[in-house]
Amino acid sequence: VTRETITVALAGNPNSGKTTVFNHITGTRQHVGNWPGVTVEKKEGIIQHNGYRLRVVDLPGTYSLTAYSVEEIVARRFLVDEKPDVVVDIVDASNLERNLYLATQLIELGVKLILALNMADVAEARGHHIDADKLGALLGVPVVFTVGTRNQGIKELLNKVVEVAEDRETSSRHIHIAYGGELEKEIKKIQDVIWQDPSIGKRYSTRWLAVKLLENDGAARERVGTLGEIGGRILAQAEAGRARLGEIYQDDTEMVLTDQRYGFIGGALKEVLRVSAETKFDVSRQVDLILTNRLLGIPIFIFFIWAMFQLTFTLGAYPMAWIDAGVGWIGGLAASALPAGVFRDLLVNGVIAGVGSVIIFLPNILLLFFFIALFEDTGYLARAAFIMDRVMHVIGLHGKSFIPLLMGFGCNVPAIMAARTLESERDRILTILINPLMSCSARLPVYVLLAGTFFGASAGNAIFSIYGLGIALAIAMGKLFRVSLFRGDSAPFVMELPPYRVPTLKSLLIHMWDRSGIFLRKMGRVILIGSVVVWFLGAFPRHAVVPPAAAPGRISAGELAADSPAPRPGAQRSGHGGGVSEEERLRLEGSYLGRLGHLIEPVFAPLGFDWRTSVAVISGFVAKEIVVSTLGVLHAAGADVNEESEVLRRALRASGMTPLGAYALMAFVLTYVPCLATVGAIRRETNSWKWTAFSITYSLTLAWVVAFVIFQGGRLLGLG
Amino acid sequence: MRRLLDKELLLKSSVSLREGAMIPLSQFKEGERGVIVKVQGAGAFRKRLQEMGFIRGTEVSVEKYAPLRDPVELIVKGYHVSLRVEEAARVLMEKQEEEGA
Repeated sequence: VTRETITVALAGNPNSGKTTVFNHITGTRQHVGNWPGVTVEKKEGIIQHNGYRLRVVDLPGTYSLTAYSVEEIVARRFLVDEKPDVVVDIVDASNLERNLYLATQLIELGVKLILALNMADVAEARGHHIDADKLGALLGVPVVFTVGTRNQGIKELLNKVVEVAEDRETSSRHIHIAYGGELEKEIKKIQDVIWQDPSIGKRYSTRWLAVKLLENDGAARERVGTLGEIGGRILAQAEAGRARLGEIYQDDTEMVLTDQRYGFIGGALKEVLRVSAETKFDVSRQVDLILTNRLLGIPIFIFFIWAMFQLTFTLGAYPMAWIDAGVGWIGGLAASALPAGVFRDLLVNGVIAGVGSVIIFLPNILLLFFFIALFEDTGYLARAAFIMDRVMHVIGLHGKSFIPLLMGFGCNVPAIMAARTLESERDRILTILINPLMSCSARLPVYVLLAGTFFGASAGNAIFSIYGLGIALAIAMGKLFRVSLFRGDSAPFVMELPPYRVPTLKSLLIHMWDRSGIFLRKMGRVILIGSVVVWFLGAFPRHAVVPPAAAPGRISAGELAADSPAPRPGAQRSGHGGGVSEEERLRLEGSYLGRLGHLIEPVFAPLGFDWRTSVAVISGFVAKEIVVSTLGVLHAAGADVNEESEVLRRALRASGMTPLGAYALMAFVLTYVPCLATVGAIRRETNSWKWTAFSITYSLTLAWVVAFVIFQGGRLLGLG
Repeated sequence: MRRLLDKELLLKSSVSLREGAMIPLSQFKEGERGVIVKVQGAGAFRKRLQEMGFIRGTEVSVEKYAPLRDPVELIVKGYHVSLRVEEAARVLMEKQEEEGA
């Protein structure tokens, strides 16, 4: 019988195996969301243990609680404001000294703490023997050994959680990290001022607050600043203390405090850690002699990435074909089962086609994330960042941005989701913003159609130059955003290179499943609504045959007469089975989509786009491959044309489009919003409509400017 | 005015008095090691490095430079960590002789 809910927070350094422990505790009963207002992932799960209901919250992995990074702020805010009943600090037992730094901060915060010495097997193998009882006694916290990868010690850990929550644990004792004479004096002075208002002590540990103020901690100062008159006096006392201590130690007080904490840890370790003949043979180091080798490192990295893409897109092609066929079959079934009409149209062309356009990505996403999880869990991702950082730093990005950007050439959706591997929120958002400039595979058909039509033998060069243009724009925008939106010194590149580890299949699968679930649930909604809207625009009004005799109508009528001889005989000669041609073309032209095309034609005219191109570009919001089929319909070549269609190519040449105009269109297709799924991914991953709107706006503006410069610049140079 | 408060501080300041012998970590070659004398730079940078264990008196060894010569992989307090070369230049070291290592 459930008696009460105990909230347990899991804290720990990155690479401490925290996620594995969390996965073992909660299994599949976990909920993945975001911490409010930030892009940091929040995982929690509810389990039953010994009649208690445990709500387990996985805090972001952090090295400390200083509140410099978003992750630290989030973790600290949860600990201070939501006051979890128990905090479990997952510690890498084989890397005890640095991992205990976070523990000292947790002790200082005054939370009910349990230390889980994880990867106890690795520590033992390295000849590190830890006296857990003594460590627990020195820190005043219960200590449990765990081996997350083998699910050992998890039950004992949960038993301890209940004991500590119920105050039945005898080893729990509140200790102070002793800072020594002068520092303690100043801490006491600040505490004395704080105690003048007893209500503050009820909300925060006064010692913790005093220490934080001596560290000149921004978040703590902000909190105290809101306390009114007493707050002012506390801050003044802290300021005086900092000044005096700075005089004494000839250094910033926060540095002295950090020194002292490591001093405390060093002292404790002397008593509890015994290293028996450190094993000289370090497998991880040997592996790295090859994988990050001066000469071999880069070729091996390129090979891994190549293999990842090959496997993803060749293996993924089979299930994608099945899904495509399945969606087509269901659509056909619905089409034949239902009476003709708006409802059938909505269901078949709007909903089923829309859902189909979402789940078609699923095989690629599952596979790409399997590989990313593999890179991450083995520790190779950090090496990839190590190898590529020099290149990425040129754009002001982190080495870890390289993989998400590269994945963009396959599909921007998983690529944007892969930006999660970046620790800094600024790097993450910047990587997401420039990711769509990596030309995804769905844009290739458009390039093939246009380049094949207008550039003949140099089509390949034209397409290649478009990919190059995308990379150049990404570099330029990256630099621009770095100096405008993300000013200030970037976080130092202090990246841990954890020992290589053999990942567990369970955590790989959970990782893969998380991503895919997010994709289906959260993005699906955005994509489905978008698809239905574009379907509606193209399908209504129902029976308008010719657009009203407004200005746009006249233009189109003139164009109709001018270019109808060219495509129509072509369509007849080839005996195109689509059977759309003239009627469908007129219907689409009369639809809201067609009218919209006419309406915004003046906007696109300086880029050399006519109304048909404008309509194709609008419909391309849903997905880039639609640009080709829309052009097919509008040029009366049929909807089921592909990029190799000779009919459509002839029609395009006859429509008055020039090579220069075609190149401007290719550049536009490269640069503007790749597809609705990408918009969904950006919304989901930035957790912000503001960034989503910004991404759409900037890419549209940039696309217009780039196409304008190409078209008008080319004309000035006499190229078109 | 400098008041020395405890043994530890006395020890540390005696290190910093020999500032003439300081070499930026970025000038270390692969396999070389030394002891941190001082970390320069803005507060956030120094603090982050300190939290990761770059404390005065701590031994650091250069494991290797990346294929493009930047960043650099270091071993500090028993774990591997990488820093950009420009960041490593702000960590001032006292080199340890080979035989002392």
